[in-house]
Amino acid sequence: MNENKGEIKKMMIILSKGTLENVYAAFVLANGARMEGIEAELFFTFFGLESIHKKKLTHLHVATVGNPAMHIPTMLGGLPGVEALATTMMKKEMEKIDMPDVAEFLDILSASGVRMWACKLAMDMFHYKKEDLYEGVEEVITVGDFYKQSAGEGTHMLFI
Amino acid sequence: MEKVIAGKTIAVNEEGYLTDFKQWDKSIADELAAEAEISLSPRHWEVLSYLQTEYKNEVPLSIRKIGKSGVVDIKEFYQLFPKAPLKTATKIAGIPKPASCI
Repeated sequence: MNENKGEIKKMMIILSKGTLENVYAAFVLANGARMEGIEAELFFTFFGLESIHKKKLTHLHVATVGNPAMHIPTMLGGLPGVEALATTMMKKEMEKIDMPDVAEFLDILSASGVRMWACKLAMDMFHYKKEDLYEGVEEVITVGDFYKQSAGEGTHMLFI
Repeated sequence: MEKVIAGKTIAVNEEGYLTDFKQWDKSIADELAAEAEISLSPRHWEVLSYLQTEYKNEVPLSIRKIGKSGVVDIKEFYQLFPKAPLKTATKIAGIPKPASCI
């Protein structure tokens, strides 16, 4: 810590959720790190895998149930179509502020040098194969591999 | 604040960005690039000139826009200006640091 004055050198971001708002949080943080000259790596586990699954990544939704900040009553949030509607509205707002969609964002991250890993345990659980995943994902690794990958001074870790 | 760059006294902010684009010239770009350990090639100049045009047209800059510019793709942008490419390139180009998160 003293040698580099607490400067952040590398961000290790674990994405465990597949809701749009969480996926964007992880992507913006990873991209933002690269923009500042900080290394960034993403480790996708559990539902976070949806954001790199080729067939699923274009169909992510915002959570309308169990999300008080949406200001939609839970009963309404669960009605058919509400989640899709809220997602469409949010995507429109995101486009207005120049936010890329998930597929384009993955390309941006990949081109920016963000390294991406998939969690072996979660892959096995969901019966996903490496071929199901976005090409920018380097490898399916264990949690132990991920810790090894995180070695080095100035590494910070974030769980989303 | 003022800073002597390439033998000229230039107005800069606390992060070293030029505050008056009119004071910018190529010798300043060369010296600011050297500070960032970059030696400017013709490709760098193309990108810098694109950034300056966007700035003059008041287009907010972001990594996503750079990727869609048709001038340079994101991968090459990071190769040309390693470590914080948008921040570094705008500084060398003599324009303000973009306030973008993407």
